Amino acid sequence: MSGLSRSKSPMGALVVVAVLAVGVIAPYFLSRYQIGLATQILIFGMLAMSIDILVGFTGRTSLGHGAIFGTSTYVVLYCVTQAGMSPYLAVLLGIMSATVLAAIFALLAVRTNGVYFLLLTLALGMIVWGICLRWTQVTGGENGLRGDIRPKALADYKDFYWFILALAAMVTFGIRRFVNSPFGLTLRGIRDSDSRMRSLGYNVPLHLFIGFTMSGFFAGVAGAVYAFFNNFVSPSTVALTQSVESLLMAIIGGVGTLYGSFIGASALIALQNLVSSHTERWQSVLGITFTLIMIFAPEGIVGKFRALRAKYSAKH
Amino acid sequence: MSLFQLLNGLTFAALLFVVASGFTLIFGLLRIVNLAHGALYLFGGYIGFTIATKLGSFTLGILGAMAAVAVMGFALNEGLLRFVRGFELRQVLLSLGVAFVLNDMSLVIWGGDSFTVPIPEELMGGFRVFGTFYPKYRLFVLLMGILIFIGLWVLINKTRLGALIRAGVDDAEMVEAAGINIQRVFLMTFLLGSALAGMGGVMGGAFLSLYPSADSEILVFSLAIVIIGGRGSLIGVGVGSLMVGLLNTMGQVMFPELAYFVIFGPMAAILAFRPMGLFGKAV
Repeated sequence: MSGLSRSKSPMGALVVVAVLAVGVIAPYFLSRYQIGLATQILIFGMLAMSIDILVGFTGRTSLGHGAIFGTSTYVVLYCVTQAGMSPYLAVLLGIMSATVLAAIFALLAVRTNGVYFLLLTLALGMIVWGICLRWTQVTGGENGLRGDIRPKALADYKDFYWFILALAAMVTFGIRRFVNSPFGLTLRGIRDSDSRMRSLGYNVPLHLFIGFTMSGFFAGVAGAVYAFFNNFVSPSTVALTQSVESLLMAIIGGVGTLYGSFIGASALIALQNLVSSHTERWQSVLGITFTLIMIFAPEGIVGKFRALRAKYSAKH
Repeated sequence: MSLFQLLNGLTFAALLFVVASGFTLIFGLLRIVNLAHGALYLFGGYIGFTIATKLGSFTLGILGAMAAVAVMGFALNEGLLRFVRGFELRQVLLSLGVAFVLNDMSLVIWGGDSFTVPIPEELMGGFRVFGTFYPKYRLFVLLMGILIFIGLWVLINKTRLGALIRAGVDDAEMVEAAGINIQRVFLMTFLLGSALAGMGGVMGGAFLSLYPSADSEILVFSLAIVIIGGRGSLIGVGVGSLMVGLLNTMGQVMFPELAYFVIFGPMAAILAFRPMGLFGKAV
């Protein structure tokens, strides 16, 4: 068991505490714009981490998580701006609808694996996008939904950052506990060989269903607070680009590393900001980055670093 | 459903068949899910549009688009996909990255306006079909779809290349062991599949028009068709295209805003009962 369970070294705990401490005091040194970026990184880091549950720990690559994330955003904005609900209730409803949507995706997706899983989640995500684009009465079509919906308690951008930081810490902790739980270990077993897990008597489709739904729940959490952050949602939030960006974050960070998601999110969001200030061709840059990573570093930056280090220490 | 709508569904299905047959051929034989297929469709459409407006010839537009897109397919296959051969997921994701770049490039070259490929004079106007006035051009698309189905059927079932493709779908390694240069067969299939996407782009561009998100839309339909029909089966693409084309048209009539949702139904049903698709073989 010890080989599989989490590393409980004091060093690891120290690093976590240090990173958190830096995160907490960061707003005192950063500009408003930079704090906005940091908030964005935390939100998308959570989304990327929810994808990592599937990609890194279950061996299933999803291209539908942008849609799950964005559905939550849509529901929150709709509930507050159109239905006049309280933002807190709206967040609950948003997370619930993302979870239900993920469960529907999961019902179909558990029957597939490999490329088919990817194709199916892609197609399902695109259907959600198509609906958001066309169902103008509810979603506002291309114009989307807009409204200042952030609750008063979080109105200040620094307070909001701290709230997101706390949430991200909780979500990270939750996901870590989930993938390291006995149930999480069965997911890893499925990743490595689902036929073996089946012959051991595990109900593989059921486990996949639960894993996918949980992943969708966390994506929904990220999507709901994104509604507070952005105060706006349009079809591009549920579009394929969203799924691709967040998958890329998980991959850049290194699949199966969880914390890597935040590194991936930082890298991609930094790149996006850098590129956007020079050119409008972000989509091309994204596509090229994706292509290059697939050719040269499919294990991601963290993974590449680990591999290089292993190579180095093997030599010396 | 009136005859007019039925014909709309059938002509749309014919277009989908042209596009999706290329997609599934590549998927079936090379095991490559080319997510840039939609972008190739869009590029083909734009190139065909440019040629057809500049030179005034629809036929040249189609031929030019097919050639240009086949060249793009060649570059994609030989220039990029070769680095990730054998890694299914990396291939798919790489082609997705390429799709993003291509989509953005088309935006740079042709802008965000929507275009309609001009159709030749002979195909303008309409016929009276059983008392319903129906545009000639769409019947032409239907005819082309049927001709391409027959052409592909003959190619796959009656020619040497077709026999190699079929054998490759079943077991590429054995074909190679028999002394066949399977890489050449792969390349031919990739070129053929890409050319079909380009052709579809011009044909579709004349009645659905071309705009920046048209590539994703056609890609989703192609995905649905492959999921329904199964990998690498021509009959499967035919049946899948008919189902998706007709259902989509029906959906647009009954609840226009949620039309997209309608293709979800058959996809879900088929995944529940036959995960490998109606005509797919278990891998």
